[in-house]
Amino acid sequence: MTPFSQQQLERYSRHILLQDVGVEGQIRLCGARVLIVGAGGLGAPAALYLAAAGVGTVGIVDNDHVDISNLQRQIIHFTKDIGVAKVESAAEKMQAINPGIRVRTHPAFLCADNIREIIRDYDFVIDGADNFPTKFLVNDACVMEGIPFSHGGILRFDGQTMTIVPGKSACYRCTFRTPPPADAVPTCSQAGVLGAIAGMLGTIQAAEALKFITGAGELLTNALLTFDARTMHFRRIPLRPQDDCPVCGAAPTITALEDMEQSACSLT
Amino acid sequence: MTTEVRIDAKKNCRGVGCPMNLVHAKVGLAALEPGQVLEIILDHGPPVNNVPASVEQEGHTVLDRRRLDDGSWSVLVRKAAGMRPHRPPRT
Repeated sequence: MTPFSQQQLERYSRHILLQDVGVEGQIRLCGARVLIVGAGGLGAPAALYLAAAGVGTVGIVDNDHVDISNLQRQIIHFTKDIGVAKVESAAEKMQAINPGIRVRTHPAFLCADNIREIIRDYDFVIDGADNFPTKFLVNDACVMEGIPFSHGGILRFDGQTMTIVPGKSACYRCTFRTPPPADAVPTCSQAGVLGAIAGMLGTIQAAEALKFITGAGELLTNALLTFDARTMHFRRIPLRPQDDCPVCGAAPTITALEDMEQSACSLT
Repeated sequence: MTTEVRIDAKKNCRGVGCPMNLVHAKVGLAALEPGQVLEIILDHGPPVNNVPASVEQEGHTVLDRRRLDDGSWSVLVRKAAGMRPHRPPRT
């Protein structure tokens, strides 16, 4: 009568109790597939919450290894994991929280040649990349494949996030046409970041994924949410899809993916 | 009146505390069609005080509650019509 065992009913009881999630919402979560781009500051809390929520398949892409400087904010990695591939370190913690989910590890650097093939297997993507070329690549690929995703970025005390449902809401490129010049934004490792804001932002992204899957509430679409943790001021800036957007507009000029040259920052 | 209500499914929540009794009630209701009736057996005290109100808050109708010989309660709940549809994830 129910697809859940007694143990699963107890594990997911706090979701099932929610009117907007309920039994059906939890069934959807258990059948859903979410890809996390980057097992760093944003990906770490997102991965933990998606695993805990019972998202059936969680994919994680990252080509990096755990460094001691990651541990101040990338809470899925422990001191014992220094030197371990981030996808393996993350997968271990996710399976420890919830052995009932499937974790797919993609130890690769996302690029124009592989991204569409990887994201195609997923219902939703969480962008926790640490560099602008990858963020634009994720946007363009998700728009082309019609896959909803959550954009997120953090630096110093600041965070920003928006949810994109291709064909229905403003995309990242509607809002930010091209990556900033290489020198315009300081590299993350020079600027620093307050550890806990990675959790603040990555957790918002995880909540958006859970909302999308269950259909609960309203997504953070056509809006950019920003915060400054120094004052804890949050701002919600309304956005609109742009008719002249180069990727999702009426006459797109970007119809194929290309890798952009820019050094990746090492912090997020 | 209760004898006229056709019961479509039962959930025995004797000995099941809050909030797992509500979880079981929701599982029972989720399996029904709108308009069908679930009988939930609940313990006296917080369970019978809380669960009927909670299912009503979700839009279902409590048709009857009746004390049983063993002190527990039989509560009849009719599933709401037009439960909020879920948006299917992209597949």
